[in-house]
Amino acid sequence: MSKQYETVIGLEVHVELATRTKIFCGCSTAFGGKPNSHTCPVCTGMPGTLPVLNRKVLEHAVAVGLATNCRITRYCKFDRKNYFYPDNPQNYQISQLYLPICRDGYVEIDLEEEAGETEAEGAETETGRKGTKAGGEETKDERKGTKAGGERTDARWGMDGEKAAPRRKKRIGIHEIHMEEDAGKLIHDDWEDCTLVDYNRSGVPLIEIVSEPDMRNAREVIAYLEKLRLIIQYLGASDCKLQEGSMRADVNLSVRQVGDTRLGTRTEMKNLNSFHAIARAIEGEKLRQIDLLEAGEAVVQETRRWDDLKGASYAMRSKEDAQDYRYFPDPDLAPVSIDDAFLEEIRARQPEFRTEKMARYRAEYDIPDYDIEIITGSKSMADLFEATVALGAQPKKASNWLMGETLRLLKERELDPEDIRFSPEHLAKLIELAEGKIINSTVAKEVFEHMFEEDVDPEEYVEEHGLKMVSDGDDLRKVVEEVIAANPKSVEDYKGGKERALGFLVGQTMKAMKGKADPAVVNQMLKGML
Amino acid sequence: MELLSLSAVELGAAIGTGKATAVEAMEAVLGRIAEAEEELHCYITIDKEKALERAQSVQRRIEAGELTGPLAGVPMAIKDNLCTEGMLTTCASRILGNFVPTYTAQAVQNMERAGAVIIGKTNMDEFAMGSTTETSAYGITRNPYGREHVPGGSSGGSAAAVAARECFFALGSDTGGSIRQPASHCGVVGMKPTYGTVSRFGLIAYGSSLDQVGPLCRTVEDCAVILGILAADSQDGSQGDSRIEDGMGRQAVGEKPQNQEIFGAESHSPDSGLNAGQGIRQKTGQNAGQKAGGQAVRKDSTYLGRKDIDFTSALKKDVRGMRIGIPRDYFGQGLDGEVRRAVLAAAECLRENGAAVEEFDLSLAEYAIPAYYTIAAAEASSNLERFDGIKYGYRAADAEELHQMYKKTRSQGFGPEVKRRIMLGSFVLSSGYYDAYYLKALRVKAMIKKAFDDAFARYDCILGPVAPATAPKLGESLDDPLKMYLGDIYTISVNLAGLPAISVPCGADKNGLPIGLQLIGDCFAEKKILQAAYTYEQLKKA
Repeated sequence: MSKQYETVIGLEVHVELATRTKIFCGCSTAFGGKPNSHTCPVCTGMPGTLPVLNRKVLEHAVAVGLATNCRITRYCKFDRKNYFYPDNPQNYQISQLYLPICRDGYVEIDLEEEAGETEAEGAETETGRKGTKAGGEETKDERKGTKAGGERTDARWGMDGEKAAPRRKKRIGIHEIHMEEDAGKLIHDDWEDCTLVDYNRSGVPLIEIVSEPDMRNAREVIAYLEKLRLIIQYLGASDCKLQEGSMRADVNLSVRQVGDTRLGTRTEMKNLNSFHAIARAIEGEKLRQIDLLEAGEAVVQETRRWDDLKGASYAMRSKEDAQDYRYFPDPDLAPVSIDDAFLEEIRARQPEFRTEKMARYRAEYDIPDYDIEIITGSKSMADLFEATVALGAQPKKASNWLMGETLRLLKERELDPEDIRFSPEHLAKLIELAEGKIINSTVAKEVFEHMFEEDVDPEEYVEEHGLKMVSDGDDLRKVVEEVIAANPKSVEDYKGGKERALGFLVGQTMKAMKGKADPAVVNQMLKGML
Repeated sequence: MELLSLSAVELGAAIGTGKATAVEAMEAVLGRIAEAEEELHCYITIDKEKALERAQSVQRRIEAGELTGPLAGVPMAIKDNLCTEGMLTTCASRILGNFVPTYTAQAVQNMERAGAVIIGKTNMDEFAMGSTTETSAYGITRNPYGREHVPGGSSGGSAAAVAARECFFALGSDTGGSIRQPASHCGVVGMKPTYGTVSRFGLIAYGSSLDQVGPLCRTVEDCAVILGILAADSQDGSQGDSRIEDGMGRQAVGEKPQNQEIFGAESHSPDSGLNAGQGIRQKTGQNAGQKAGGQAVRKDSTYLGRKDIDFTSALKKDVRGMRIGIPRDYFGQGLDGEVRRAVLAAAECLRENGAAVEEFDLSLAEYAIPAYYTIAAAEASSNLERFDGIKYGYRAADAEELHQMYKKTRSQGFGPEVKRRIMLGSFVLSSGYYDAYYLKALRVKAMIKKAFDDAFARYDCILGPVAPATAPKLGESLDDPLKMYLGDIYTISVNLAGLPAISVPCGADKNGLPIGLQLIGDCFAEKKILQAAYTYEQLKKA
C-alpha cells in the first residue's frame, strides 16, 4: 500500500428501553411469551387505533440525553417512516426525523495509548489520580480473532490491573438521539412453507443514538460502545445486551487518505451482534475499501451485511435501491413540549455514575482498586455487591466471590454480569456459612455453583444435601479408623517418614466423608491416631 | 304517538317518561327502513334482530333506573368508518369487506353508554373520500329529497337516514366537510366540532389531523345534546386499558380550552411549517406528571378532554349584539344563485333580530383546496398503508410472493378515488417533493388559521354557504374529480384551521332540494354557533 489511509467511523446504536409497557400502548415488553400474546389492537395496527406515548420512554430518552451531554429538544415530534413489510403492522414505523428528542452531545472515552500511536488531536494524557485505572472499556487490537464471548470478557476483565499505561481521553460526538418503536418478527416455517408474524416486539420502545463520525478504529468504537452501555445501564434505561438484541450497533465506515479533509464514500454495516463481530467487521470493511481505492475503483454507498462466521460482508442494497420512506410528522401524536419541571425531575433522578461510585467505594470499602474497577464496570455487579454488603457481608469477602467464582463462571458460560441470577441475600448467606466454618471452602464453591445456576438458597441446599462439616465426634473418628485399617501400606509409608502418605489418607477420609469434613481437623486426627 | 316525527330529544323525553319505549322506537325505525331502504340504501349493515335485542336491553335498564340521560333508548345510525365491536365495519371498501372489529370507537361507546341504541352502519364514500357517497363499494345512496340526486358525502348514508327518518340521529365524520355538506344536501343539521373535541379512537383514519366525529340530526337542540355526550371524557377505568402502567396519562392538553395559545402558538412558532398536528401539545409537566397507577389512559393523544361541553346552555333564542361576518370570497363566482339568496336571507333574518352582520374579506379561500388535498391525501396515503392483506380484511387469492400479494390486494381492494388519493399523497411526501408540496401546504394551513384568527378577533361567527350548489345528480361528479373537489371550497378551510362549524337547513331550491347555511366559530366557540343556529332555526319555524 503506497498511500496512508485513515478510517472514519460513525455508529448508529439502537437501545431497547427498559419499560414495562410498549411505547404507544399498554402491552407488556417482556421478552419471550407465546407469539402474539403481548399484543393489542394498537400494536397490531388495527384500523382506527391510535398511539399514545408512554411517559417512561420520554423519561429514559431524556435521561440518556442528559447523561451524554445532549441538548434536549424542548418541542419535539414523532414522524412516520413509511415502508411495506409484514413485521411492521401499520406499514409505517413511528420514529423521529425532524425534531429528535436529543441533539449535539458527546461522551468521553478513555484509551490506552498504543505504541507508536500518532493520533494527537483531541487526546490528552491522563495524569489524575486514576493513574492505576486499567480501562475497563478497553479492547486491544491483537485480541481480535478470539472467540466472541471470550473477547468481550477479555475486554472487560482481562487486564492486568497494576500496570499504569499512558492514557488519553477522546470525545465522541453524539449527533442525535431519537425515540422509535421496534418491529415484530417474521418466522419462516419451512415445514409448512409459510411465513408467520409475531407482533410481541412490535411497539417495544427503542432509542437510536447516532454518533458523529469521530471514531478512527475498532478500539475507539468498542470503547465508545462500552461507555454508552455503562451509562445506560447505570441509568437503568436498558440492560444493553448485544446478544439478545437490546443493544444493536450499525457501523458507518469510510476511508480517506491521511490529510484529506473530505469524507470518503461510506458504507453501513448491519448484523453486528457482538463486540468481536464489530471489531472484525471494521477491520474487514476498512481493508475492502482500501483495496477498492488502491485498485482505482470507487466505494459504493450501500448497506452491507456482516457474516461473522465467514468473516466477510455482503452488499444488501445500494443507495440507488434505497427506499423513499416518505417521512412526515405523525398527525396522531401531539408534539411533546418539555418544560423545566420535567427536565429537573429527570436531572434530579440521575444516578451515581461510575466515577462517583468508584470514589465512594474507595472511601467506604476496604477493597483493592482493582476490585473496584471490575465491580463498578457493571451496574448489576455493583448493585449486587452493595446489596450483599448491606446485608452484613464483609466487603472483601463479597468482592472475592464476585471477582473469583462469579467471573470465572460468567466467562466459562459466556455470560454478562447482567445475566447473574443469584440474589444478594443468598450470596450473603453463603458468605456467612463459609465464614462460620459451617461448610468448607470446597463445599462453598460447589454450593455457589448451584446458586449461580439456579439461585438456590445456600442454607437450604446445605441442609438438604447434608453438606455441613463434621469436624469431630464419633462419626469422623470411625471413618478415620476405617481408612487406617483399609490402607496399611500408606500407614506404613507415613510411619517410614513419607509425609505425602498422610495427604493420601486425608484425601481418602475426605472422600469417605463426601467432603463434609474440615481437612485440617482430619489431618490432626490422623496424626494423633497414627 | 307518531314516534317518527319526533326529534331525538323529544323521543328521549317520551321514553324517559314512559310514554314510549326504546323497543317501540326501534320497531318504528325498522318499519320505516323496511319501506324506504330498498330505494334509498342509507345503510351498509343492519341487523334487525340484534337492534331489537339492544333496544330491549336498554329499555330494561331504563326501567331499572340505570339509564336516565336525554337520549336513553333513542335509535341511532353509525357511519361505517366508526368501529363497532362484533359488527361489520367496512369503510364502504372492499378491502374491509369482512372486517369485524374487537373494539368500539370511543364516540360510539359514549353514545351507547348514554343509552342510544345502534340500528346499523351507514353508507359513505369509500374511506370517507368523496362528496357524493358514490365511491362506496356497496352501492349508491339516494337523496330522500330527490331520488335522482346524491345525498352528498362522505357521510351521505347518515344524512339520508336522518332525512328519511330511518334513524333519529346519526354519527358521521368530517375531514373536509363530510358531515356538513351531506347535512346541507339532505336538509338536516350537521356539526363538526373543534379538532380534538371528540376522541378519534376507533374512527378509521382518513386525514388524521383533520378528522372529527360529529352528529347529523334533526334539530339544533339534538345537535347540542349529542355533541355534549360525544365530547365527554368518559374515562372511568372501565374502558381504559388497565394494563397501562406507565402511559402518558392525561397528557393531552387544553386544560384551558379557551386558551388561545393552544392553537395560536402553533401558527406563530418558528417551526410551524413542520407541524402537521393542530398544534395541540402534549405537556410533560403537570399534566403528564401523574403516575398512571389505576388511572385510565386516553386512547387518542389529540383528544382534549374539554370541560366546557354543556352545549345545551347555548340553546337561547337570542342573537342580539352577536357579531357575524360574511366573507365576500364565499359569495363570488361559482356560487349558485338560489343558494346565495337563501344564505343571504338567513343572514338578513339574524340581522333583523339584533345581530351585527357585515361583510369582510377572509382571503386565502382559493388556496384551501390545494392545501387540503395535499395534506389529507398525504396523511391518507400513510394511514391506508396498513390495509395490506396480511392481518385482516381482503387478501388477493392468487399471489405468488409478498410484493405481488400487496399489489394485487390493494389494486383489487381499493376503489379508484382511494387509489387516486393514495398516489397523490405518496407523491407529495416523496423525497424531492416534500418541501414543494407537503411543507408548503402546511404553511398555507397555518396562514389560513391566521386569517381565521384575525376574523374571530372581530366576529363571533362567520356565516356562509355549505356548498356551492344543491345536491348534484347521481353520476354527475365521478367523471370529474376536480369539479367534485371544488365543491368542498366552503367547508375544508374549517378543517384546516381546526374550527367548529354547523350546517343548518335554510330553504330549498326550485326542485325542492335543501340548502344549508354554514356557521363557523372560533376554536372552542361551539356555543356561539349553536346559539346562532338555534336562534335561526327557531325564527324560521315561527
